[in-house]
Amino acid sequence: MNIQESKDFLVSTASLKEVRTFSREVFEKINLPQDQKDELVLAIAEAAQNIVKHAYKDVVETSDRMEIKISLKDKDLEIGFFDKGKAVIPENIKHRKLDDIKPGGLGTFFIKQIMDAAVFKKDQKEWVNHLVLTKKI
Amino acid sequence: MTYKVTEEGNVSTVFLNGEIDMDVTEKAKEQILPLVEAGKEVHLNLKDVSYMDSSGISILIESHQKALELNTKVIIKEVSKSVLKVIMMAKLEQILNLE
Repeated sequence: MNIQESKDFLVSTASLKEVRTFSREVFEKINLPQDQKDELVLAIAEAAQNIVKHAYKDVVETSDRMEIKISLKDKDLEIGFFDKGKAVIPENIKHRKLDDIKPGGLGTFFIKQIMDAAVFKKDQKEWVNHLVLTKKI
Repeated sequence: MTYKVTEEGNVSTVFLNGEIDMDVTEKAKEQILPLVEAGKEVHLNLKDVSYMDSSGISILIESHQKALELNTKVIIKEVSKSVLKVIMMAKLEQILNLE
């Protein structure tokens, strides 16, 4: 089954519920165990949260939008995130060590646990950041 | 997210309901942390929490650590399957008080 669906969202914490709803609707069309669908929705929501929290750090309110594109070709799932926030320096992204118990720093860890790969690409002129999450499903 | 708080002696039980993400983190913290800071034993009932992300997990960690500091405790009760999965993904099932 091949799927390609995208949607844009206001960059805001208030959009995170809408991001999950969009993701769930797309995954409804794919034959996967519910547990795996829930994990994928979590990974997408964490990546969207990172845009709001980090790419738009210190921005109280914006009219900017972010785009999420979910594509499935055969068994290859690819999820793209596009935003116009501050440029992400991939080398600076680190999740906290799990034995260092403190609030925060888990979102990126969850993404890495759930997905096969997370790569920032510099292939989009109209966007600042383009994150691609991939997973063989 | 909605919530309800009940009190019995020194135990406050916070029943959280719905989805807990970054958008509702502050609202949840505003309910839980003052109870911990007042020295209450806080029971967080997560039976009706259908989704929790890393922001929600941060609330669980912060309230747990604050309770330890103040010599009281936060106990997580009736955790839903979906939230337990996220707690386990964060490898916190041995750290947090789960009942």
